[in-house]
Amino acid sequence: MSKRINPIKRSYLLLEEWFNISFGSEWNPLYHLGTLTFFFFWVVLISGIYLLIFFDTSMAGAYASVEYLTHDQWYAGGLMRSLHRYASDAAVVTILLHMFREFSLDRYRGFRWWSWLTGVPTLWFVITLGITGYWLVWDELGLYVAVLSSQLMDSLPVMSGSMARDFLAGQLTDRLFTLMGFMHLLGQPVLLIFALWIHVKRLSHVDISPPRGLAIGSLLALLALSLLKPALSHAPADLTRVPAVLNLDWFYLNVYPLLDKWPADQVWMLTTAITVLLMLMPWLPPKKTGAAAEVHLDHCNGCGQCAEDCPFDAISIQSRTDEARWENEVVVNPGLCAACGICVGSCHSSNPFRHAKKALETGIDMPQFPIEEVRTRAESALAGLKGEPRIMVFGCDNAIDITELKADNIAVLSLFCTGMIPPTLVEYAQRHGAEGVFITGCRTGDCYFRLGNRWMDQRFEGRRKPVLRQRAKRDRITVCRAAETDTAKLRRRLAEFQRDIAALKQEESACKDEREASDA
Amino acid sequence: MPEFLRYPLQAVNYGVFMLLVWYFSAAPPYTQLTANQAVITVAFSHAGELREECRQLSQEELAKLPPNMRAPMNCPRERSPVTVQLLLDGELLIEDVAHAPGLYNDLGIDIYRSAKVPVGKHTLAVRMNDNVRVEGPTHSHEETVTLEPAQLLVIDFNSEIRSFIVR
Repeated sequence: MSKRINPIKRSYLLLEEWFNISFGSEWNPLYHLGTLTFFFFWVVLISGIYLLIFFDTSMAGAYASVEYLTHDQWYAGGLMRSLHRYASDAAVVTILLHMFREFSLDRYRGFRWWSWLTGVPTLWFVITLGITGYWLVWDELGLYVAVLSSQLMDSLPVMSGSMARDFLAGQLTDRLFTLMGFMHLLGQPVLLIFALWIHVKRLSHVDISPPRGLAIGSLLALLALSLLKPALSHAPADLTRVPAVLNLDWFYLNVYPLLDKWPADQVWMLTTAITVLLMLMPWLPPKKTGAAAEVHLDHCNGCGQCAEDCPFDAISIQSRTDEARWENEVVVNPGLCAACGICVGSCHSSNPFRHAKKALETGIDMPQFPIEEVRTRAESALAGLKGEPRIMVFGCDNAIDITELKADNIAVLSLFCTGMIPPTLVEYAQRHGAEGVFITGCRTGDCYFRLGNRWMDQRFEGRRKPVLRQRAKRDRITVCRAAETDTAKLRRRLAEFQRDIAALKQEESACKDEREASDA
Repeated sequence: MPEFLRYPLQAVNYGVFMLLVWYFSAAPPYTQLTANQAVITVAFSHAGELREECRQLSQEELAKLPPNMRAPMNCPRERSPVTVQLLLDGELLIEDVAHAPGLYNDLGIDIYRSAKVPVGKHTLAVRMNDNVRVEGPTHSHEETVTLEPAQLLVIDFNSEIRSFIVR
């Protein structure tokens, strides 16, 4: 636990803790940055559809129709326009925070390379969608965006003719304006949805809606901002004049002032270099993912629970290829496997009470830390305990390092993820001398492998197979999730748990004495 | 943290978030031009003259060609680069050399260059050379203009009448 945490990660974890205090882990916006972005996108889409009803997609009518919406219909159209703008801006903030989060927690390399690689261009799709939106208002800012975007396009060697010349007095026609309208209203949103689908393609159980409370809070905040500070236009576009001062939307238009200083091709070079660098980050340096899970058909009945639980869609079900009587078997795609071990926890065959006299084998196992080794290490750790009460601590490799919790009466065993713990292992530890089982792992809502925490909770609550059996002593099991910066909190909770177990033992002993006395 | 205290804290967080969204959605303002600046843009499409004139092929040259390609005149398609200079009160403001695009460098060029200039009365001189076989400008124009703040003055070239137009 004395391991140094890099300052970026420490800062992020402190911010996350602040949000946990104010929102609770269920509504913590940092755990829902992707779904919040989706939510803002829906707000943009719905408000955009309303604006489209009144919007005039002609050069002469666009500005007037937006002004009508903004001023004459401020209670509906103006509100929708402001929601449209502020939700778009909020989406950029949540995307940037999403990137910062994945970066600071080192969740962009290794098996996560796909999500990062596809996420970077998705940000550009969002930015270009915003750019064409500003163009359509056809005010001074719209003209500025149109002229500079055209200069950027003209500098590309694939473009023939000069698009920028179209924006000189007497050259512009409605045709280009209609094209931009089509791009913003249909072409780009469809492309963005496709990009988002690609972005989450390697994930299973993808949430695209934030918790209701968070969604309502965000919408209310957007509505309040829209009413207090409605989005306004600049003066109408005038092709004979150059706007002197512009209120740029820096979330979307931050590249444009560079064109005042540098030629367009150099701006392209800079933005391309930044994009390529960002896209290559998962390999700078690369992160090795552990060996993929292996299926042992002798112990697999093809129930498919591991396929259902896999957070990265790495396990699929196919027809049986051996002579076994079962209909199906599971197969692991090593290219998608994150080596989280959650499938081991979900396999009914991972029950450590099986094969008591010989090596434990299960239907799906991790080659670098097989279930037999998990069982053996748990047994030997418990056998070495001297003090009281005897506690078994199960941890996860991606949260607090639990080795420093080890004491005379405390045995520790860290797994890849707490989702790797078969519920029967907890019961097994209790049968082998653990008077209390203390489980720690990534903060609630923030599992390194996405779903490990959720599945473990559901298994322990009896809502997901394999369930924690009734014979397990539930009052002697506790879960305390903690990040690397929560050492003091974890130690405090462990000390409390030890006191609770000691009190339970005392109570039990008193009851036993009472019973013996009454029997006598 | 008691449940009832969470909501005020959440309101503070939403407030900070919306403050951030609102501020950067339109601020800080970007000054593109100062109060006493205008912009001159030189923008036109034009095809330079052919680099070489057509010439009659000799009988020997024609004989070397396949029968179906024995056209008596050889007209190279490559066009001259177009050089443009804009002088403001005698000082060079914009200079651009545009090479003809296309596989055979035979297409028209597009010039689009802008410069910020002080407002007031100025003498503009624009020169263009579109023929490598001619020394010096092939087209030129001089005009006195009075520029107002934020005015966009466009210098165009009409290839049909082969003349610059200032508007």
